[in-house]
Amino acid sequence: MTPAAFAFSRTARWEELPALLAEPGAIPVAGAQSLMPMMALRVAEPARLVALDALPGYRDVRQSPGLLHLGAGVTHATAEDGVGPEPLRGWLARVAGGIAYRPVRNRGTIGGSLALHDPAADWPVALLALRAVAVLRHGTAERRLPLQEFLVGPFTTALAPGEVLAAIEVPRPPEDARFGWCKLAPSAGAFAEASAAMLQIPGAPPRVAVSSPEGARLMPDAPLPDDPHLARLREVALRRATA
Amino acid sequence: MMRLTINGTGHQVPAEPRESLAHVLRDRLGLTATRLGCAQGSCGACNVLVDGSPVRACLLPASLAEGEDITTLEGLRDDAAMAALREAFQAEHALQCGYCTAGMLLAARDLILRGRAHDAAQVRAGLAGQLCRCTGYDGIVAAVQRAARTLSR
Repeated sequence: MTPAAFAFSRTARWEELPALLAEPGAIPVAGAQSLMPMMALRVAEPARLVALDALPGYRDVRQSPGLLHLGAGVTHATAEDGVGPEPLRGWLARVAGGIAYRPVRNRGTIGGSLALHDPAADWPVALLALRAVAVLRHGTAERRLPLQEFLVGPFTTALAPGEVLAAIEVPRPPEDARFGWCKLAPSAGAFAEASAAMLQIPGAPPRVAVSSPEGARLMPDAPLPDDPHLARLREVALRRATA
Repeated sequence: MMRLTINGTGHQVPAEPRESLAHVLRDRLGLTATRLGCAQGSCGACNVLVDGSPVRACLLPASLAEGEDITTLEGLRDDAAMAALREAFQAEHALQCGYCTAGMLLAARDLILRGRAHDAAQVRAGLAGQLCRCTGYDGIVAAVQRAARTLSR
């Protein structure tokens, strides 16, 4: 259960990251809560871990009138304890509180969850429904991608070589918006067997995201898909959001 | 050489980057209150405090813990919450083999300090990530509530 040998670097300078990550087998690490088990099981054998936790702004939580900005290093526990304005604050807390266990949530990060894009993870689905935008950074250059474009497929994202997820921006929903979150898991803290999230803004069609083995994805507005499993999830998410 | 701050003391440890904090604590520093159970984050036997909050020492590469303020159960001898928990665990027979106890105590202390130990249901939910293979949960849940009551007086 000991990981294969790796080298370790930590930098406090964004502009140093691309060169560090250019080394074959080098990968960025945030809280390591998914990566460490994968390394212990030798599913992942990185040659070098590059720690992101010293980068400026990495744990920032900022609020502007229309937007909640979360540094990629914001932990699940921070979200569980409350970030940003209501109603977003309560919704994010509900999702965060269902991820693994508090000692894992104290370390695991929202950015790490999105950048790994395990189809069984909670944040990709929830933040897709919430219209989040990924802020990607390569050295000092930044670009923004809607989450549906960032999440390419299971364990696959749109990150380019040397680029890391720096932050997530979540648009502030109107006060009368509703959010539904449904996670089917065999026990408390377990990975989801399936999950669905739904944002309903009055006057707009509901925005539904679901997990599937193909990764977290948005459901088309209509018609309902042929897959009865996904159709049921969509139904449950809708019912919870409007209950 | 790795520089770690544990229970307020600085250590220079000749550890490899791949060693987990649990491994370094136990095998390099002889701090064996921290138990290693599943080594994948599920059982909670290896909980330690980082900046005052519990984390899994098995899921933290020691290299990532450099610069953090780490507290193990050994460092909480004089902690008021831990004293109440020790007494309550004894009174409620909240341990059998004792393997899970160190992690259980650190998780329970955090629940109490965050005000999440008001009733049995809340304690059970809060300890969902702590496995006791002797299945002595009733005594543990009673002990955590007892300690919470003692501390709120």
